[in-house]
Amino acid sequence: MNARDTVLGRIRAALADVPADEAPQDVPVARDYLADHAGADPTGLFADRVADYRAEVVRTAPADAKQAVAEALRRRGVRSLVVPPGFPEEFLPDDGPWQRLGDDPQLTVAELDAADGVLTTAAVGIAVTGTIVLDTGPGQGRRALTLLPDYHLCVVREEQIVGDVPEALAALDPARPLTFVSGPSATSDIELDRVEGVHGPRTLVVVLVGAEPVV
Amino acid sequence: MTTGTGDGLVWLDTPAFPEAARTALADTQLRGNLRRATGTIRDKRLAVTGELADWEQLRAAGAALKRRTLRHLDCYLVELEESVTRAGGTVHWAADADQANRIVTELVRAAGADEVVKVKSMATQEIGLNEALAEAGIAAYETDLAELIVQLGGDRPSHILVPAIHRNRGEIQGIFRREMAAWGRPAPEGLTDEPRALAEAARLHLREKFLRARVAVSGANFAIAGTGTVGVVESEGNGRMCLTLPQTLITVMGIEKVLPAWSDLEVFLQLLPRSSTGERMNPYTSTWTGRTPGDGPQDFHLVLLDNGRTATLADTVGRQALACIRCSACLNVCPVYERTGGHAYGSVYPGPIGAVLTPQLAGVDKAPSLPFASTLCGACYDACPVKINIPEVLAHLRAEVVESKRRSHRAPTPEALVMRAAAAALATPRRLSAAQRSARLGSHLLARKGRIGRLPGPLRAWSDSRDSPQPPAETFHAWWRRTHPGETRSGESR
Repeated sequence: MNARDTVLGRIRAALADVPADEAPQDVPVARDYLADHAGADPTGLFADRVADYRAEVVRTAPADAKQAVAEALRRRGVRSLVVPPGFPEEFLPDDGPWQRLGDDPQLTVAELDAADGVLTTAAVGIAVTGTIVLDTGPGQGRRALTLLPDYHLCVVREEQIVGDVPEALAALDPARPLTFVSGPSATSDIELDRVEGVHGPRTLVVVLVGAEPVV
Repeated sequence: MTTGTGDGLVWLDTPAFPEAARTALADTQLRGNLRRATGTIRDKRLAVTGELADWEQLRAAGAALKRRTLRHLDCYLVELEESVTRAGGTVHWAADADQANRIVTELVRAAGADEVVKVKSMATQEIGLNEALAEAGIAAYETDLAELIVQLGGDRPSHILVPAIHRNRGEIQGIFRREMAAWGRPAPEGLTDEPRALAEAARLHLREKFLRARVAVSGANFAIAGTGTVGVVESEGNGRMCLTLPQTLITVMGIEKVLPAWSDLEVFLQLLPRSSTGERMNPYTSTWTGRTPGDGPQDFHLVLLDNGRTATLADTVGRQALACIRCSACLNVCPVYERTGGHAYGSVYPGPIGAVLTPQLAGVDKAPSLPFASTLCGACYDACPVKINIPEVLAHLRAEVVESKRRSHRAPTPEALVMRAAAAALATPRRLSAAQRSARLGSHLLARKGRIGRLPGPLRAWSDSRDSPQPPAETFHAWWRRTHPGETRSGESR
């Protein structure tokens, strides 16, 4: 008997107490938890919660977005910037003191490791948890692009923000590789206290582009 | 490092819990480290779970989803196998630790590699994968910071989430300075004990290993039967490195980690981070489905591990322990764990959940002291995000331990004799009264200031750590008869 048959046989023997006519759906699961904890202002909450992880949040109107991105990159002193295929022109600074690296053909691991930063969009923002979700869609690139450079600037549009985790999962396609990012890389492994900055980007900047101009 | 394997679960060769606990309690450094760390995390967990008004409903939904999954585990595993295969992955089944280790070793060899980078994984700790790979000449590098500290220190993990919780910053600094050079890039000159500097040292040390790795080994926090999606929840980005950069990814997952549907994650992604690190969300969660052309590993293997889980499933009381999502909230709130630390449990699964999981995975006769390593205070049950009734399972396993001892001893144990005497005394009110009378008389000889301390003879071990109050001068029975003359409870035999 192969291992598969052994394990499945043991499971079926172990579940002798489960009636033969019981279907999985017969085991009740009450879904009376809240669908959303976000409240009236998901955008404001998203900004607060992202900042709470010690990520930098820049709120801007659409007309000023390109400028806000350029200023953040200049502040950081970025010299080489990875820009994934499909990054929207409207958010891409026309020029700056950086060399722009596309990923077509694919950059090597060494090239990515040597890059100063990466500029991407996101698929979804989650207000309650301050999470951005990357699904490798246009403007986000394959997963390694947002992993190896030490600085990640992510542009999130206000209409991409959902209130809470359930809505985010419903909006995402699990067939794509997904990365849920909540703040810069961190660890709680030393005395169970949170310290930012281990292997992933140690600096995360979120440029939040509002539907309305920010005054 | 002393590592023994008892029925597929490493380290059951350590001393029994009471003996190991005595050593741990004498270690003031350990107790200080644990008190600080568990205190920090308890406050954080309470703050973020308190933010959600429906926390109890989420716990109930988590428990119900796990119950549904476990009662139909065979269907969900077959469905998972189909969806992973459809998405381009390969599914392997392992009935025990040896089979799982063999599968992984062969896959690493087939990829032509002699080293692997590892994402923190309880399942691979449980089966002793690193040791098995080492025997096959394959180096396994742990990349989680705490696992790295444990590996470099030649140490054992002592906590599910933070295996190096027993080490403070000064000790970690020492380990990095001494050991990093032998494993690769040495610690930076003048490394301080600042947590930020220690994290930076780990970043530099592991970077070269990530960049050259061809094979990674991970565990899994969940796998979705319906979609074939596998997920890893982490903080540092070491997981992302392992899941993204190598060409081959081997994931070893306990069979109980399967979940029915993608949408079920909405419950667990709220419960897990808040219960484990006390965060609204952990820094990184990665999910992947089979393989994706041009992105990440092009060769993906999922190893489904039994190793005692089906035996646990067969116990209708004990099976709830398989709902565990490895958050470690029960460890952080446990008064016993806080004082003894994780090593005393002699298992990769320490603390309250370890005390119910280890004896079930390995067999109660392999870890007979663990079900007793608890005060049954119930703090673990209150903290558990999937409502595992740990005290209930502990009491159930205590009975099993007694039963197993009875079977293996020809002569009854002193404990069994005492229990037999107690059963006889409690059988009728008359016998109880007689026993109480003689206890009152006997206690005059033994009690000091109203307490009975250590007893001689076979009761010595039991009374060593327990004081009993001296029986009162008058029993309730006698008091009732004196104050209610002429009243007799119906059915009472006199």
